[in-house]
Amino acid sequence: MKNTLRQIFHSSKFVAGFIIFVGILLLLIIYPLINPGNPLEMIGVGTFAEPGTYVSVYDTVTTETETLKLPDAAVKRLGNVLKEADRQKMADWLSAMEIDVSGLDLSDTDALLAVWKENYDETARPAGMTKAERNYYKRLNASLGSLGSAGKMTVTEKDSSGEEQVVATIGTEDYVNVKDVPNTKNLVLGTDNFGRDVLKELVSAAGTSIFIGLIAGAVATVIGLLLGLLSGYLGGLVDDIIMFITNIFTVIPGFVLLILISYSIGQDKRGAPVVALVIGLTSWTWTARSVRSQVISLRNRDHVNLSRLSGHGLFRILATDILPYIASYVVMAFILQVSSGILAEAQLSLLGLGPKTTEVPTLGLMMNWAMLYSAHLNGSWWAYFPVILMITLISFSLNLMNTGLDQVFNPTLRD
Amino acid sequence: MKTDNDNTSTVSLDRRRDVSQNPLCLSGKGVTRIFGSGSKQNVAVDHVDFEFREGELVSIVGESGSGKTTLSKMLLGLLPVSEGEIFFRGAPRDISTRKKKKEYWKNIQAIFQDPFSSFNVFNKIDTVLLDCINMTGGKSLPMEKKTEMMTEACSFVNLKFAELTNKYPFELSGGQMQRLMIARIFLLKPKILLADEPTSMIDACSRATILDMLLNLRDEIGMTVIFITHDIGLAYYISDTVYIMEHGKFVEHGSADEVILTPKAPYTRRLISDVPKIHEAWDLSTVE
Repeated sequence: MKNTLRQIFHSSKFVAGFIIFVGILLLLIIYPLINPGNPLEMIGVGTFAEPGTYVSVYDTVTTETETLKLPDAAVKRLGNVLKEADRQKMADWLSAMEIDVSGLDLSDTDALLAVWKENYDETARPAGMTKAERNYYKRLNASLGSLGSAGKMTVTEKDSSGEEQVVATIGTEDYVNVKDVPNTKNLVLGTDNFGRDVLKELVSAAGTSIFIGLIAGAVATVIGLLLGLLSGYLGGLVDDIIMFITNIFTVIPGFVLLILISYSIGQDKRGAPVVALVIGLTSWTWTARSVRSQVISLRNRDHVNLSRLSGHGLFRILATDILPYIASYVVMAFILQVSSGILAEAQLSLLGLGPKTTEVPTLGLMMNWAMLYSAHLNGSWWAYFPVILMITLISFSLNLMNTGLDQVFNPTLRD
Repeated sequence: MKTDNDNTSTVSLDRRRDVSQNPLCLSGKGVTRIFGSGSKQNVAVDHVDFEFREGELVSIVGESGSGKTTLSKMLLGLLPVSEGEIFFRGAPRDISTRKKKKEYWKNIQAIFQDPFSSFNVFNKIDTVLLDCINMTGGKSLPMEKKTEMMTEACSFVNLKFAELTNKYPFELSGGQMQRLMIARIFLLKPKILLADEPTSMIDACSRATILDMLLNLRDEIGMTVIFITHDIGLAYYISDTVYIMEHGKFVEHGSADEVILTPKAPYTRRLISDVPKIHEAWDLSTVE
């Protein structure tokens, strides 16, 4: 036993998979301690806020400021205000006045402004331009002028009598330290379509998915193991009946069965444990088949015959003379079942047949929400890509552990 | 600890005895075993008749695939009989229920060919021996008494129980494991022992020791020994009676001297000529 464990932990594949899996588990345990609260709480009002640190604008006004003279501050500020469309319009005006802008990089604010200031003339009348368009350019030019200057901004608040009181006067060189602002929020993975913190949701979802995988894997392994042991050891009519049932379950595609059962259970009864149970009940067949074939090769061994001659009963023989010999195999089958249980949940939920959407997030549900709200079309990668990565990492680590174990227990596979 | 031939032993012809007057212990009429069905049908044991008497040492000799092991499994009740009937002490053997089977297995036990696969590698030696004591009704005995019995059984086969306790069978050598098997039989004291090539996986030096212990055990508890072997020379030395098996049938049987010194069946003659002899050219002319 000790020796086997040592061998297992000498297998680089197993160790790699084990480290990834333990890392994920640690994240699941530690992250909720750092960032407690309901993972399904909708903190954002809009959909799909981008990842980043959010600072309360309201609070910054009253936070104590420091004066910093940063040389490129004005240009950066301008660059932020000058939208893509405005830049294109400026380029259009310049080309309408027959000025060559082919070599100009529109994202380079400095260069664009230099050319603009040198050439813009309010009185010019480019061919084919309406008065409204000319007025747009006047306004644009005026706004550019005021941004560049060192003007001050006054923030006022209405007091109880309805009069405006000055709260703060903000200059362009005033800075606040982010740690002095009482309300900031670091959304590492932004928010999803319901305005929920994706990272928090992801951690909770990964936990639920692993739980579903474990339950499904345990159910499938227990059923498969029991049927496989009985049919392999007893043989004859029992074997025929069990194999008949197994064949029926094998012939009907498991996933179709899963969809039908999930659908017929109905949305409100489908909690995470129910979904896990349904997955487990439809995926035991190959465990049963492979356990059966292992048992058939064991049942005529001398030690089993000796045990029978010693008068041991069926269950004692199965438990002490057969099960220990296939235990390593069963552990590997269990790991694979957990992995495929997690994938099955993701597939089901993606189709909208997963657990109830209001209770717990699962990895599949997160993908389902992202898909329903077209996250993949509007470029909100943070709503689905981390989920895909998490599913991949979990099943990759489990499969890696399985391959490592396989190489330890089956020396012909060692490379 | 690891040497198997740590006592001098002799296996001599004068250990043979005349058992023809003893009562019948195990006999069979038309015993047949058929594997598969239809075109894949394979008759492993084909209508064999036999009579084994109490205290007799019978050898069943035949080459690989002649049906010896299938017959032995049927005798043990591990494999059902396709046709014919086996009689135990003159009455038809009844092993239809688990209880009856358990009762039958108190009377018949086995030693298998490969000591390395005969033991469950997850059970300690103590468990193996305690099982035997429990099976023969010693379940309620105090632990000291059980230890005493196990020590006695081990010393019968020249093993020290104190050194074996808490060890696993695979920590022993092949010869020691086979001796442990004999210790098991010593505790069980069955009426019949079925030894299926117990020495074929053991080196020649340990073989004599094992055989000597088997014969001593037979004398001690007066059991019938059914010795299954492919080695006709060995069968001649130890058996009272020899059955020669070819393709699932007994082609010849009789006392050891009768069968081996004056063989009638050509198959017996071939088996005898196949035995290599020191100081003589090996006659391979009869080998097919």
